[in-house]
Amino acid sequence: MLGLEKKDFNLLLIVAALVVLAPVLLNPFPEGSAMAQFNAGYPDLMQRFVIFGIFAIGFNILFGLTGYLSFGHAAFLGVGSYAGMWMLKLLSINVIPAIIFSMLIAGLVSLAIGYISLRRSGIYFSILTLAFAQMAFSLAASVLTPITGGETGLQTNLNDPRILPGFLGGGSSADGNIPKPSLFGIEMTATYEISVGNWLWTLNWGYAICAVVMLIAFYISIRIFRSPFGLMLRAIKSNQHRLSYTGLNTRPYMLACFVISGMYAGLAGGLMAAMDPQVGAERMQWTASGEVVLMTILGGVGTLIGPVLGAGLIKYFENIFSKINKATLEMWFSFAPDWLEGILVSIVYPFIGKGWHLTLGLMFMAVIIFLPGGLVEGGKRIGDWVRGKRGKAANDGAEVKTPAE
Amino acid sequence: MGILEVKNVGKRFGGLQALSEVNLSVKENTVHAIIGPNGAGKSTLLNCLVGKLIPDTGSVMFDGNSVLGRSPHEINQLGISRVFQTPEIFGDLTVLENVSIACFAKRDGAYSLNAFGAVNKENDIREAAEHILDDVNMLEKSGMQASSLSRGDKRRLEMAMCLSQKPRLLLLDEPTAGMARADTNNTIDLLKTIRDRRNITMCIIEHDMHVVFSLAERITVLAQGTPLVEETPDNIKGHPKVREAYLGEAQV
Ligand SMILES: Nc1ncnc2c1ncn2[C@@H]1O[C@H](COP(=O)(O)OP(=O)(O)OP(=O)(O)O)[C@@H](O)[C@H]1O
Ligand SMILES: [Mg+2]
Repeated sequence: MLGLEKKDFNLLLIVAALVVLAPVLLNPFPEGSAMAQFNAGYPDLMQRFVIFGIFAIGFNILFGLTGYLSFGHAAFLGVGSYAGMWMLKLLSINVIPAIIFSMLIAGLVSLAIGYISLRRSGIYFSILTLAFAQMAFSLAASVLTPITGGETGLQTNLNDPRILPGFLGGGSSADGNIPKPSLFGIEMTATYEISVGNWLWTLNWGYAICAVVMLIAFYISIRIFRSPFGLMLRAIKSNQHRLSYTGLNTRPYMLACFVISGMYAGLAGGLMAAMDPQVGAERMQWTASGEVVLMTILGGVGTLIGPVLGAGLIKYFENIFSKINKATLEMWFSFAPDWLEGILVSIVYPFIGKGWHLTLGLMFMAVIIFLPGGLVEGGKRIGDWVRGKRGKAANDGAEVKTPAE
Repeated sequence: MGILEVKNVGKRFGGLQALSEVNLSVKENTVHAIIGPNGAGKSTLLNCLVGKLIPDTGSVMFDGNSVLGRSPHEINQLGISRVFQTPEIFGDLTVLENVSIACFAKRDGAYSLNAFGAVNKENDIREAAEHILDDVNMLEKSGMQASSLSRGDKRRLEMAMCLSQKPRLLLLDEPTAGMARADTNNTIDLLKTIRDRRNITMCIIEHDMHVVFSLAERITVLAQGTPLVEETPDNIKGHPKVREAYLGEAQV
């Protein structure tokens, strides 16, 4: 189906189902209950899940397949966002040109950066990409202020030109407010709420669009993984010398891979601008480049679904785990006598709220040490364990039978 | 004129003159062996042929083209494949994938950015790869990860990769080292069959004289970076200079 093997097609179906059901799955707790603060099914966060999923899928095409670790991917994310913002300002408030141009411009920038960085491999490649990204960040925050808005960043304004005709999203809005990014008139912020009993589910146009784009991006990444091109990329990771002595020129492969990966980042950046039309230079900071590395490793480098899982987990921590405060803890431990409650709260407190980075760091270390294949390997091991148990149970049954015969 | 013409090649590593004034001419569709004690410069010479090293002096011509100044993949695309002394394979990939990559390189050239095809649907590549694996008796191992193979199997896999490219010149650096006796004999038989088809030139470095005398039609003896003699196998046996070079190391 769709040119995929059965196994891969099933994986695509599972991801599609999860993405479609996310508004329900992420809101498992009834409104107003004590656990409601763990609900993650609000538009803003769901959009971030899939956008960072796209970012990580693209990063994994480079890092997972070729083993080249880029420490500068946030630069392409930022370039994508700026390009998208300019399209929203100059062309039209329609998100489609913004998204397309963010990919194209990020592709061009990654072509230039890749052309130079790929002269080196290993740690030197990583350092070169980091240097380029830091350069881009500094330029965006200072010299390039006319283009990037410097430290205040870039937003949509009332008097932006928007030269395309009105039905394509050009011109100014009817009500005299700053127009919101939209798709042929449907605003990205448009939201419908469904409540069933005490549960509240939010359906949002922006999320729907990000989700469709993410599924396409995921599908393309599966195709790349299974293609002859993908095989050569894995060969580069395994033994680049052998590939040269087998008559293959590794440079065009690496450069194409780098550009594809950069375009994924640009796409993610463009979607961010389309969902929330403002961007500042901090989007390009090295911490953002580091984050996508963490996402990919946490989920499972070189696996298809790992980066998406990693992105989801980190964004969940950043947005939900970080909101647990002392009062919540006191409520949880209120069953204990006062003196014990105090101790429990002060033990757990450093790991929650602003301390979520500590928990994430510990989790990251545990994954690296015990599950080098990331969450995907964890899932596989659990699967094998369950299957093993079932197999054993069947064997035990057989053993019981034999003496009876 | 041979298909491979090495003229006056010299290579220096710091204070060590690894090769000096090497002249070698290999006739098309023959098997030419290069023998010599450890450290004689045999592998260094091959490195100069495949673009791994650039010699300080001299020239290397393959079928009328200069090899020097070309990068390894260009030299391979001219028709030179090499089996390395320590196996160079794609350890993370399966045996079948290893050979498939060589088949892709043969079919599609130095690069083809086919990101939307599917490796599984390339039936002609798979058939070609399986055919070669059958030739080297490794078909039943085609699903194994290459790094888990034994040393002898790794070398046979590398040979299969090179053969699947149908090279015009095949360079073999100690192809039977680390192989069990039975596998060595299989390899000799395989290389003999290929030789007798008379459509490939082979240059073989080997310490095992049984292998050398079973296959070679010309033998060059290299010692301390210079060729001592070039002769037919019959004339090499008992050649005084050869005895001297080996100092009784091998039973020539
Ligand atoms: N890249 C290098 N840098 C420095 N010295 C080198 C290099 N490659 C080879 N040598 C030296 O050159 C000499 C010839 O080495 P070479 O590997 O060609 O020998 P060989 O004839 O293949 O020996 P063996 O039979 O042990 O494989 C050796 O003394 C070796 O240490
Ligand atoms: Mg050697």
